[in-house]
Amino acid sequence: MTYRFNFRDVFAAWEFLLDGLVLTLQLSLVSIVCGLLIGIAGAAARVHGGPWLKTLVATYVEVIRNTPLIVQLFLIFFGLPSAGIKFDANTAAMVALTINLGAYSTEILRAGLEAIPRSQIEAGQALGLSGLQIFRYVVIFPAFRLIYPALASQFVLLMLATSVVSQISAQDLFHAASIVQSRTFRDFEIYTVIAAAYLALALALRFLLGLLYQLVFVRR
Amino acid sequence: MIRELALIDVLYLIAAMRWTLALTAIAFLGGAFFGLFIALLRIAPFAPARWLGAAYVNAVQGTPLLAWLFVFFFGLSIVGVTVSPWIAAAAAYSIYAGAFLGEIWRGCLQAIPQTQWEAGASLGLSFSAQLRYIIVPQAFRLAIPPTVGFLVQLIKNTSLAAVVGFIELTREGQLTTATTFRPFTVYLIVAALYFALCFPLTQVSRRLERRLHVAR
Repeated sequence: MTYRFNFRDVFAAWEFLLDGLVLTLQLSLVSIVCGLLIGIAGAAARVHGGPWLKTLVATYVEVIRNTPLIVQLFLIFFGLPSAGIKFDANTAAMVALTINLGAYSTEILRAGLEAIPRSQIEAGQALGLSGLQIFRYVVIFPAFRLIYPALASQFVLLMLATSVVSQISAQDLFHAASIVQSRTFRDFEIYTVIAAAYLALALALRFLLGLLYQLVFVRR
Repeated sequence: MIRELALIDVLYLIAAMRWTLALTAIAFLGGAFFGLFIALLRIAPFAPARWLGAAYVNAVQGTPLLAWLFVFFFGLSIVGVTVSPWIAAAAAYSIYAGAFLGEIWRGCLQAIPQTQWEAGASLGLSFSAQLRYIIVPQAFRLAIPPTVGFLVQLIKNTSLAAVVGFIELTREGQLTTATTFRPFTVYLIVAALYFALCFPLTQVSRRLERRLHVAR
């Protein structure tokens, strides 16, 4: 029996898929922004903090980086309610992704901070810059430029990883695809279309991040 | 039927790690095969080969692994190709791992200075002989730490096979949760088991990398 491809059913559900796409974008954006903030705080604590704080942050980073995202999601969405902390699926997804990206960006930013030579900071002090000014102009800015490519690819990986949140029934693009699949049984068509959509998103995100690099770090 | 979470459940979870490890091994072998091919394509002295390699890497790194798993598990059977879950998982993970390993190894091959190639050429070695006797032996050392690092990613990503019903550590955790209704404890144990697998590898990768930096 030959199989006839039929993409019509898939494209007929475009409004439904679009709703999923919006949540995927929201999840990516929120977790990138919040995860980056956690990363900056975490890296600063890891490099300049006291011994207790350093150990605490290192533990957070290692635990998150050495366990799968899907298990973290299950733990937060299915596990935490038994400890009295309840989220709806979309919030749980956002929390898990933020915690996840926070750990990765802490590690990436830490490498950047450690790459700034001590003498640079001393030069800043010699110029009479305040601690905050040194952190901003001498440490964070050059550190960001150094690790920007690593950070950017981590962001793209995170955007793709948001597809996993469909497994706790957060209504993202992948979840929408599963619903369309169960209504039409067009498995092959829907998943290839979805894969293409993610590819387009990934390429767009990579392009935007490249543009941002040009704007912030090159045209100066 | 709901019953108490007992030691036997923990033992079952530990036993399920063997499927996680088996899946990782298959994915790594398949990925290494594809990856080597892609890395060579990416440095080939023939532009369309390089474009092809780059297109493959971009396509795979730009799509979620979950989509590949769904296409191979559910999509192929609908199109009329019947595949066993192992074959489907092996295919999806090999494609995925091939793109990442290919990119890692390309970086290692390109890290070898151009003068090494030229030295080989001036000795009258062919392209393949330069690659085999001069470039690969040096690149191999560079490749070990990031490859071990990627192995950690691979172990973690085998958890996604649970979504398509493949029984491994995460799936076993889901099943145990269903019978004991203790999600917090069960997933904590599952996370701890993954950590026990991945953390030592992360440390090894880090130590190897440090040693490499000292050696250079």
